[in-house]
Parts: sequence; structure tokens; C-alpha cells
Amino acid sequence: MSYPLLTITIFLPLAGALLLQFIPRSQANVIRTIALLIALADLALGIPILTNYHLGQAGMQLVEKVSWIPSLGISYFVGLDGLSLPLYEMTLLLMVVSVLASWSIKDRVREHYSMLLLLAVGMLGTFAALDFILFYIFWELVLIPMYFIIGIWGGENRTYAAVKFFLYTLAGSVLMLVGILALYFTSGLNTFDMVKLMEAGYHHYLATFIFITFFFGFAIKVPMWPFHTWLPDAHVQAPTAGSVLLAGVLLKMGTYAFVRIIVQILPGEFTKFAPYIALLAIISIVYGAYTALAQKDLKKMVAYSSVSHMGYVMLGIAALTPVALNGAILQMINHGLITGMLFLLVGYIYERTHTRDISKLGGISVKIPVLGGMFVFAALASLGLPGLSGFVGELLILLGSYTAYQIYTILAVFTLALTAFYLIRANQNAIFGIPKMAMDGFKDANAREFFSMIPLVIFIVLIGIYPKPFLNYIDPAVNTVLQIIRGS
Amino acid sequence: MSLESIPLSYYLILSAILFGIGLAGVLLRKNAVTILLSVEIMLNAANLNLVAFSRYITPAAASGQIFALFVMAIAAAEVAVGLALVLTIYRNVKSVNLDEFNLFKW
Amino acid sequence: MVDALAPFVTTVTPWIGHVMSLILLLPVASFLILVVFGKKMGERSSYVAISAVAASFLLSIIAVLFVMGGGRAELSFTWLSVGDFHPTFGLLLDPLSAMMLIVVTLVSMLVQIFSVGYMHGDKRIGWFFACLSMFTASMLLVVYSPNFAETYIAWEGVGVFSYLLIGFWFEKRSASQAAKKAFMVTRVGDLGFAIGLILLYVVAGTLDMNKIFGMDLQAPLAALIAILIFCGAVGKSAQFPLHVWLPDAMEGPTPVSALIHAATMVAAGVYLVARSYPLFEMGPVSLEVVAIIGTITAFIAASIALTATDIKRVLAYSTVSQLGYMMMGLGVGAFAAGMFHLFTHAFFKALLFLGAGSVIHAVHSQEIHDMGGLGPRMKITSLTFIIGGLALAGVPPFSGFWSKDEILLGAYTSGHTAIFWVGILTALLTAFYTFRLIFIVFFGKPRGHHVDHVHESPPVMSVPLIILGTLALVAGMVGSPYLGHFFQVFITNSHEVEHANMFVMGLSIAVAITGIFAAWLKYGTRLLPSGVISKDNPIYKLLVNKYYFDELYYYVLIKPTHAIAKYVLSFDQKIIDGAVNGVAWVSTKVGSGLRQIQTGYVQNYALYMLAGLIVLIIWSFKILGVY
Repeated sequence: MSYPLLTITIFLPLAGALLLQFIPRSQANVIRTIALLIALADLALGIPILTNYHLGQAGMQLVEKVSWIPSLGISYFVGLDGLSLPLYEMTLLLMVVSVLASWSIKDRVREHYSMLLLLAVGMLGTFAALDFILFYIFWELVLIPMYFIIGIWGGENRTYAAVKFFLYTLAGSVLMLVGILALYFTSGLNTFDMVKLMEAGYHHYLATFIFITFFFGFAIKVPMWPFHTWLPDAHVQAPTAGSVLLAGVLLKMGTYAFVRIIVQILPGEFTKFAPYIALLAIISIVYGAYTALAQKDLKKMVAYSSVSHMGYVMLGIAALTPVALNGAILQMINHGLITGMLFLLVGYIYERTHTRDISKLGGISVKIPVLGGMFVFAALASLGLPGLSGFVGELLILLGSYTAYQIYTILAVFTLALTAFYLIRANQNAIFGIPKMAMDGFKDANAREFFSMIPLVIFIVLIGIYPKPFLNYIDPAVNTVLQIIRGS
Repeated sequence: MSLESIPLSYYLILSAILFGIGLAGVLLRKNAVTILLSVEIMLNAANLNLVAFSRYITPAAASGQIFALFVMAIAAAEVAVGLALVLTIYRNVKSVNLDEFNLFKW
Repeated sequence: MVDALAPFVTTVTPWIGHVMSLILLLPVASFLILVVFGKKMGERSSYVAISAVAASFLLSIIAVLFVMGGGRAELSFTWLSVGDFHPTFGLLLDPLSAMMLIVVTLVSMLVQIFSVGYMHGDKRIGWFFACLSMFTASMLLVVYSPNFAETYIAWEGVGVFSYLLIGFWFEKRSASQAAKKAFMVTRVGDLGFAIGLILLYVVAGTLDMNKIFGMDLQAPLAALIAILIFCGAVGKSAQFPLHVWLPDAMEGPTPVSALIHAATMVAAGVYLVARSYPLFEMGPVSLEVVAIIGTITAFIAASIALTATDIKRVLAYSTVSQLGYMMMGLGVGAFAAGMFHLFTHAFFKALLFLGAGSVIHAVHSQEIHDMGGLGPRMKITSLTFIIGGLALAGVPPFSGFWSKDEILLGAYTSGHTAIFWVGILTALLTAFYTFRLIFIVFFGKPRGHHVDHVHESPPVMSVPLIILGTLALVAGMVGSPYLGHFFQVFITNSHEVEHANMFVMGLSIAVAITGIFAAWLKYGTRLLPSGVISKDNPIYKLLVNKYYFDELYYYVLIKPTHAIAKYVLSFDQKIIDGAVNGVAWVSTKVGSGLRQIQTGYVQNYALYMLAGLIVLIIWSFKILGVY
């Protein structure tokens, strides 16, 4: 490997954001095009990352390590393994999608795209960072652009949602910082290097305390019940691109951090507390499904369905079996693609109908069959239809969790019916049926909208039909994680 | 009767009384000018302390006296700035009553 | 990635492997083509779909000949590989799957040809044929599957395309409701299936059928798993108590109903039980459950069919009832008979549905009381319909007779006396409601206002009827004693077959004739007064209301679910989010309480400073110990 690929992909959007500042505000289309080109270039750089990644080789790859503040043991340390690589690539893809999705924003275009690109820096950095301080910086960096995206370009209740999102998740990450510092001062290694901390294992009386601080930090991000209430507000108020990235990437940061940090650095604590985490996970699953069922607002329904779906991911992580953990990581990707697509569609439909009220929509498919059909597709994928990606993840999670949590797994299976119920009901009332509003001026998906969805459709189908190549990336990393767990 | 026949404590008590009067004036009076005058009294109480200590504890050095001179100089400057402020305020609101000046509240 | 590019492990001679994959891939290709170009192609879409399925049918014949020659073939590849879970998916060709390949592709082909006429002029016709193609392909995958996980995938594929097809005319509220109902009810059954799969994986460590069938699982555990898997079949094959979706599914276009009822969706459940038969045999209790559920279904559905007045609903209930027979057959151990009934039923039920479609196409109504006297005006339709009716009623030598008789024989010889007698009673009801339908629709005086311009359907619709009529007439022969029970021998691969029992055969012929005669008395002649059964009769009410199953589910399942959802949501908004906002509220209140101190009066601040100073001085005195 000759080029620092990760550094380039992480900071290319930053360069892009800076470049945008030199374009006059009036040149909205130039700004959009440049942002799109940056996102595409970043995605293209994802290909050499894939080809340079050695499949089947455990441990971190594409590592770049530069000493940063040596006296404190802080370094610029990035690298990918089977846990982070899929999320990293998915983030690159969703960036392109969200840049395309925000084409219709007319207000402060330059600022919007700058924020989006800045957000990409934070997201990519979070998944690649292997140094706690660096991780924390990227983790917090995500908050700020998202705060502005919700607060400036959001819906009618945006200020409330933005402040709630910011404060809630900030509270979590401040706790996480406390945990990081406690880890640093008590581990005796005098380093923030995650890999070293993983290898050494943490054996100190503060472990439970650190676990609790990390747990709150990540559980809020996931979000697990009962820390989920920022999510519906943020998702509903955020503009389409914001919702896509929130659901697609930001939530994954929480589950990723669970696997990367809690499971690997505090394996003993995690195994001790796993039953409680599983309990919260199953509550999230059932509770999210019921609240989604009661929603009248399409976007809110999708938002609450995320709570339920992320519950499956957490159940898979808590089960700590190879099959379930593979499923959980695959399900993170699937949820990113599927829920991202659902938000995309809700956004596109809203741009036409100006309502998200399920009872006022209806008969969408009559006038705009492509968007309607895509929505049905995404809804079916979301309810775990076999042959589409959501099923593979859920199947693995459920197969793997049964040995650890029998009752929870059976409850989770029953919730699948509930999931089907609210999604099919949404299809039925919003997409099918008789048109309830005048739809004369409605145009079906244009090329830009169409091409923002196609990659998602392709990956949802590919993973669903033949998941082996994708899981081949994940499985070695899962083995490493489980070895750490067994060693504890 | 020489100066030394009066014990140090007398000076200190006088200084304390003066400081108390000044403090009471600062806290209780409403007129900005009166408050400035009260601040002067407090400063002079401090000066008295400085000089008395210097004279009684280290008679060979005169650092306390020098310090008092500095305080006077600063106090003069302070009064100049203070009165200027009071004057400006008076020009704007036609009053020097501090009860009317609570713009710095939440 | 290299591994991903060469996933296929072929264990057979290449050519049959190509045939097998082509049978499946042709309809898939047709689907893909039509999804992309269907809108532009319009009516021409049918060429793509029909040629694909016709080619599949021809290849299926080759596959069947291959199997008849003693060939077995399996294609497999590793679907995924995580931890110790390495399911291999693939295509399995054995007598059971070969038989189903023929049925599925043949019926699907005829239905699609019929659809060219029936769906003529529909604006989404490209999408219609795309869905039909993929529906067929999903069913083919169910048939082929050697792995339970693969079966489950294909199974749900069948479910989703039936969902799209039932709701094809989604502008109609009843259609999209019916689609939703079909999807949800079958999904409920699938939950059992899913739990069964999870248990099976935990117990057996694999989902590969071959490996599982070779194991020796404990009987209670095997029975539990088998019953859970059977739950899936109950949903898909519309068995009691999950039969409620099938009659509503009549909202779909009639060719779709024909396909669902004859060869694809509902047959999938029966096929699943047949395919997992070794598992059921490991826990014999499960077979009793299958037999009992099948019998209850057969009887209940037949009784409801007595009062239904929608031509398609009568046929729908008859399907439910016949599926009950198939389950009964499998349950009592008459494995080959159950499959034989599936085989013959596919042809005569497709025939009846397409015939009904032809009638509806002509009359523009589904109510049987709008019809009547259609016989002379629609000769091909009525003749073929009557053939189908005779097959359904179980009159020799029509195909349904041979297979139904075998099932009853199986019940009789295996000692399931109660089941046998209920089966006989159901056969009586079947003959009665079938000919009630025939006499009302095709005989007597014309009713309704469309009758004047009723005419025979175009050849594209009538030719499939003729082909299916012929099959309904002769298909039973392959399993009859005259041909040495060829079908049964083929399926079970053994020559031990039940020998005909004159008592059972005679009894079933007698009830069929009795039923037809009773229907003739009631509807064919005016001999019986029309008001024999009063509308207030409680039994009549029970039947008309379909035993109140829909109401039961509404009040027991759907309403409480919505109520819980509402309750949970308000809990979420008031308690959970309330707590979050409560924390914010408390912070704000504390802040605004504290800011009261900030008066803006300099003197107040000075006072606070003084107070603070005094406290500090006292405190430091205390620390230093100076008083």
C-alpha cells in the first residue's frame, strides 16, 4: 500500500467543504455538482480500499499511524477491519445518495453541502479511528454539522429537535469522554491506542464504572430503549439527506462502538451485563414496533421502526455467538441501506404531496408508480422479506441468539409479524388504494432521484440473494472479537 | 506624649471603624457620589492600616508609607474615572440614584 | 472474492444441471426484462412471459424423463459461511420435485395464455406478467429447494408476489385489503415456520434437508419442530384456522386466483409437508395433527361453500376444502395419495377458475344469481366447467375421483375411522355445492342484464380451457389401478401400493352421485321449494358468516394490537419522552431560579461579595485553628 488511502478518503470531503467556500453563493448548481463529484470521488476511492484489503486476514489493515501528542500517548491512528470496513464503504455510498437527495434544497445551498461534507469527515473518521482521542474528536465532529442540518434545513419544529438531538447525544459523549479518561489513567499503559488496550485487556476495579459511562454514551446513540426519544424528533424534523445519514450512519456509530470498544476492551464487563443489554434490546424491538404501529406520520413510523430494528442488532451483539454477531454487523449495513432508502422515499414523496400523514396519502402508486413501487420494495425489505438483505441479517441474529436467549428470540420472531403489520399497513394506506388528493401535477421520480435509489436497491437485492461475499469480510473480524470474549 | 504611647490596636480599631463606615455607605446609600466617597473612606482606612503597621512593625523601612502613597494615587485616578462615569450616567438619565440602574440583570 | 466467483459445485452431469437451472432462470429473466421494459412493451409483455414459461415447461418434461430414467440431480453452492453455519443452497431434482415442476410450469403457462385474453387492455399488463413470472419462479424454487432456509426464502417470495398480484388492482380498496390480509395471515403462519427453523438449527446444527432426514431426532422434539413447520403450511395452504385469507384473495384478477389455487401458493404448503415428511415421521404425533387439521379444514370449508354466492368464493372454499383433503391424506400416512390429489387438483381447479374467469369476462359479475342459462351461449366454457365440476365432485373416471378415493382409502385402512367418515360427509357436501354452482350458472333461465350479449370467450382463453379439461378428464389415470398406480410408484419409488377397496370406492361414488342428485333436485328442477332453509336458521347464519372467523380475529387480535400500540405510544410520549423533557424542564427551572439573584443592582453584588468574604474568613480561621 503506497498511498494513505484512509486519510485521503476521510479528509477529501473536508477539502471539498473548503473548496465550496470559494464558489459564489449564487452558483448553486456548481456547488451541487462539486459536492457530488467530491462524494463520487470518495466513493471511487473506496474501491482501492476494497482491493487492498486482504480478505480472511484478521486484525487491522490499511493502518496509518503517526505520533501526534507523544507525551500523552495520543497518535493519529486509523485502520479498518471486518467490523469497520463494511460500515466505512456504506458511509461512502450513502454520502453520494444524500448529496443527490439534497439537490432540491434551495436555501443556503453552499452551507448545506459544506455541512454534509463535514459530516462525512466525522462519520468516516469515527469508523476508521483506532485512537481514543481521535475517535472522540470524530465522534463529536459528527454532532455539529448534524445539529446545523436539522436546525437550519429541518421541518417546522426543527429548533426543538436540533437542540434535543444535540444535548442528548452530547450528554452521552461527555460520559464517554469520562470513560475514556478513566481508561487512560487506570490502564497503566499510558496510551489511547485502542488496539493496544484490546490486546492488553483491562483488569481494574474501575471496569464497571467505565462500562457504565461507555454504555450510556453508546446506548443513546444506538438508540436503545429508553434513550430513544431524541430519534423520532430528529429524524422527522431533519431534511431528507439528514434523515438518511442519521438512520444510515449515525445510529451505526453506536452499535459499532459497542462491538469495537465495549466488547473488545471490556469483554469481562460486557459478558456480565449482556443479559441486561439483551433485555433492553428486546424491549426496544417490541416497543419500537408497537409505537411504529400507532404512528400517523409516515416518517415517524420509519423512525420508530429504526428503534425496533436496532434492537435486533443489539440482541445479536448481546448474544455473543459467531452467527448472531455476524448477523448483527450485516444487519447494521442492511438497516443503513433499507432505512436510508425508506427515508429517501418519504422525502421524495413529501416533496410532491407536502404531507406525511398516512391517512391523507393514498393511491400514490396510481400517479407515481416508480416511487410507489420503490416504497413497497423498501418496506418489504424492511420487514425482513427473504431474498432481500434484511432477512439475512435477521435470520442470522435469530439463529444465533436462540441458544443464549430463548424467550427473547421467540419474542423477536413474533415481533416480525408486528413489523410486517405496520409496514404493510403503510403500503396499504399510503401507496395503494384510491388517490385521496389531487395529484395532477405530480411527476414520477426524475433521473436524479432514480439514480439515488438504484444503488441501494442493487445492494439490498445482492446481499439478500447471495450474502456470502459480504459476510466473508465480516466473519474473520467476528472470530477475533469472540476470541477476546473467550479469553476474558 | 509620644506617638508610641498610643498602642497599635487603637489605630487598627480606628481603621476598622472607618472601613465599616465606608462599607456601610457602599452597601446602603443610593447616591452614586456618596458611594464613591464611601469607597474613598474604605481606601483611607486601608492606608491607615498600612502606615500604622509599617511604623510599628518595621520602623526602619517605609514600605507601608510608600504603598499608601500609591493607593492615594490610584484612588485619585479611580475617583476621576468614577466621577466621570457618574457624570455620564447623569447626563443620560438625569439621576445618580443607583436603584434605577439595574440594566445588567438577566 | 475469488471464492465468491466460483460458488457452484455441480454434482451431476452438466447438461441436466443446465436444464434444471434454466427452468428456474427463464421466468426470473422474464421478470427482470418485464420490470425494466414492461411499461414500454405493453401487451407484448405476454410474449416474453409466455415463451419463458413455455420453455420452462418443455425443459421440465426433459427433467421428468430424466428422473423417470432413474436420474437424480443436485446443484449446490454455499450460500453463506459464518462461524459454524454453512448452509448450502441449491436445486434438487427428484421424483417429488420433478412432478411439481411439471404441474407448476404447465398450469402457469396455461394461466398466462389465458391472461392474454382476460387482462387485455389493462394499463399495467407488463407488471402483471412480470409478477406472474416471478410468482412462478418463486414456486419453482420452493419445489427445488434442498434446504429449509432456502425453502423459507422461496416461500416468502411466493407470499410477496401473491401479495402484489392479489392487490394488483390496488385502486380498489377491497383488493388492497385482501392483499394485506393474505400477506399478514400467511405471515402469522410463517412465524411458526421461522421458530421451527430456529429450533431445528439449534437441535440439528444444520438446515440441510438431506442431513436432517438422516438424523435420528427425539420423537417429541421432532414432533414439535414438525408442527411448527406445519404452521407455515397452515398459513400458506389456507388450513383451519388460518384459512380466512384465501376467499378474500378472490379480489385479485381471476387468472391469479387460478394460479394461486391450483399450482403455486396453496400447493406450497402441502408440498412443504410432503418434502419434510421424514421429519414428520420422526415425531408421528405431528402427522396426527396434520390429519386432524386437514379434516377440520375440509369439512368447514365445504360447509361454508354451501352458502357462498360469489362464483369465485365457492371455488375458493372448495380449494380450501380440497387442500384439507390433501393434508388429511398426508396426515393419515397416505403420502402418495396426498400428492396425487395435489396433482389432479391442480388441473381441475385451474380449469374451474379459468372457466369462472371466462364466465366473469362475459357477464361482468361474480354473483351467481346474475348468471344462469349460460350453457347454450358459452358451450366450451360450460362443457369444460362441468368436466372440472365432475372431477371436483369425485365422479369416476374424472381425475379427482381417483385421488380423493385414494385419500379416503388411506384414512380407512390406517384406522382413522372418524376422519374417514368426515371425509365421506365432506365429499357429499362437495358434490352438492359444486353442482349447485353448475346448475345455477349454466342451466335454467338467464338472469341479470348482461345475458343478451354474452358470448364465448376468444380462443386465447378457450384453448387453455380445452387443454385443462382434457387433463382433468385423463390426469387421474396415471394414478389409477389401470396404469398400475404409476404416479404413486413414481413418487414413492416403491411398488407397495394400496389395493382398491370396493367398499370405499363404492361409498365415495355413491355420495358423489347423491350430492349431485340433491343439487339437481334443489337447483336443477323446481321440485323443491326455494324456501326450504330459512334465512334465520342459525346454522345458515353461521355458514353465511363463515363461522365468524373474521370477526373473531378482528376482536381478538387486531383490535387489541392497535389498542396496545396506542397505549405504548402515549406511554412513550408522556412517560419516556416526558422524563427526558422533564430533565430539561428541571434544568431550566433551576436556572431561572438562580437568575433571580442576578438583580442588576451593584450594591447587591457587593453584599454577596461581603457575605462570601465573611464565610471564607470564618472558614479559614477554622482550618487554621485561629479563633
